[in-house]
Amino acid sequence: MPRTLLKLLLPALTGLVVLAVWQAVHEFLSEEMRFLLPSPGAVLQALVDHRATLWRATLNTTEGALLGFGLAVVVSVLLAVALSLSPLVRTSLYPYLMALQMTPLPVLAPICVIWVGAGLRSVALLTFVIAFFPLVVNTTQGLISTDRNLVELFRLYRARPWQRLFLLQVPAALPYFFTGLRIAATIAPIGAVVADMNAGSSAGDGGGLGFQAVIFASQARYPALFATAATTCLLGFVLNAAVLALAWLSLHHWHDSYERADR
Amino acid sequence: MSPVVQIKDLHKIYESGEVPVHAVRGVTLDIHRGEFIALMGASGSGKSTLMNMLGCLDRPTRGTYLLDGINIDELDRNELADLRNQKLGFVFQGFNLLARTTALENVELPMLYGRHRHQSMEQIRERAMHCLEIVGLANRFDHFPNQLSGGQQQRVAIARGLVNEPQVLLADEPTGNLDSKTSVEVMGVFQKLNDQGITIVMVTHELDIARYCKRNLVLRDGVVVRDAPAEDRVIAEHEMKRLKEAEAAAKLTSAAAAN
Repeated sequence: MPRTLLKLLLPALTGLVVLAVWQAVHEFLSEEMRFLLPSPGAVLQALVDHRATLWRATLNTTEGALLGFGLAVVVSVLLAVALSLSPLVRTSLYPYLMALQMTPLPVLAPICVIWVGAGLRSVALLTFVIAFFPLVVNTTQGLISTDRNLVELFRLYRARPWQRLFLLQVPAALPYFFTGLRIAATIAPIGAVVADMNAGSSAGDGGGLGFQAVIFASQARYPALFATAATTCLLGFVLNAAVLALAWLSLHHWHDSYERADR
Repeated sequence: MSPVVQIKDLHKIYESGEVPVHAVRGVTLDIHRGEFIALMGASGSGKSTLMNMLGCLDRPTRGTYLLDGINIDELDRNELADLRNQKLGFVFQGFNLLARTTALENVELPMLYGRHRHQSMEQIRERAMHCLEIVGLANRFDHFPNQLSGGQQQRVAIARGLVNEPQVLLADEPTGNLDSKTSVEVMGVFQKLNDQGITIVMVTHELDIARYCKRNLVLRDGVVVRDAPAEDRVIAEHEMKRLKEAEAAAKLTSAAAAN
C-alpha cells in the first residue's frame, strides 16, 4: 500500500474508533445521564442548527486571535533584535517577560477590560500576551546562536552591523522563529477563546467562541457546547497548517530539517 | 619585482594569561609573487599565530610586516581592514558558507562591502560567476551548500576567496575536513590557481598535502626550523589519474574474484 494512502487511512481509522467508542459510551449511560456525553450525531446536529451563530463567533474569535498573533509577531521580532544585542539587555528584561507569561489570563482579563474595554480589543491584547513569549524567546535564541565562524567571517569582510543582522543572523534565526511561531499559532486561538470567556462582549454582532461557550453552558445546551469545542479545535488546526506551510515555503530550500530528493 | 610579503624579525607575545606566551619568536620571511607555500608545524608551533598576522587579523608585538610594500604598523584599524580586503583572500577548514544562500551569492559576499560597494550588481555578479568558472563550478551557481559535496563546498569557498582579486590567498587547513580523494581534487584547484600566477600560503599539518605546494616552511616553538622547496612535488592531476586507474583496477580484480 502506498505510504501516502496509509498516512490518510490510519488517522481516519483512529477517528472512526473514537467515534464508535464515544457512541458506545453514550448508549451505555442511563437515559437521565446521557446529557453528560451527547452522541456524535447530536453534536453534528447542533453544529448544523447553530451554524450561523458559530460561524459568526468563529469570525470574531479569529479576528481577535489574528490581531493578537500578528501584534505578537511584530513586537517579538523587534524585541528579539534588541535582546540579541547584548547579554546585559537580556538579563535586565527576561525576568519581566517571564512575569508577563506567568500571570494567568483570567487574572489579566479584568485588568485589560478596565484598560481597553471588553470585546475585540481585550481579546487581541490578551492573545498577544500569551502568544508573545514563545516567539520572543525562540527568535532571540536564534539570533544569538549564529555560527561563530561565520560571525568571524563577516568581521573579516568588514560587514556593517545591519549587514550581519540581515545576511547572517536573521536567516540563521528563521528555523527558531518558526518553532516559536508554531507554538504561538497553537496557543493563540486558545488564548483568544479564554480571553473571550473572561473579557468578551456580546456588544455589536455578538461575542466569539469563548463567549458563546459560556452562553451555551448557562443554557445547558450541551450538544452545542461540544460543537463549540470542535469549532475551536478546527480553528487551531487551520492556523497551525498556515504556519507550517509558511515555514515549509521559507525553509525547505536550504534547511536540513526538510528531506531533499535532489541531493 | 619586490616580494609581496616581507616579514622581518616578527614576534608575537600574548600577555593575557598569568604567564606571557611567546608564540612567534623572530620570523623573517620573504614571499614572492607566484609562490605556493605550505606552512607546517605541530599545534603550538606558532603557525596559526603567524598565519593570523599574515592575514592582518592580529598585529605583531615586534618586527615589521610589509604587505605589497605597505607597512601595516602605520595603519589604523579601519585602514588595516581595508588593506586586508583588498590584498588578501581567505579559505578556511570549515568552508564557512552561508546555508540559505546559493553558491553564487556566497561568492559575492566579500564584494558587498568595502571598495566594491560602488560596483553595480551586474559587475559583482559577473565577477563572482567568473570565479566560480575558475574553480569549475559555474554550472552549480544556483545550488545551495547542502546540495554540494564537501569538495565542491570548499571550491565555492575558494572562489569566494578569489573574488576580490587578492595578492595572496591564505588557506587555513583547507583539506582538514575532507577525505583524501577530495583533498586531491581541492589541491588540484590550488595548483591550477598557482599556475595562473596566484600566490598561495597554506597552513597544513599533513605532509602529503604539503607535497602539492612548491615551498615548505616548518615552524617549531615559534621559529622557522626548515625552509626548503617541496620534495617530490605531487601534481594533483597526475595523482587523480593514478587514483582513478587504481580504482578501476580494483573493480576489475573484485569482478574477477566474484566470477
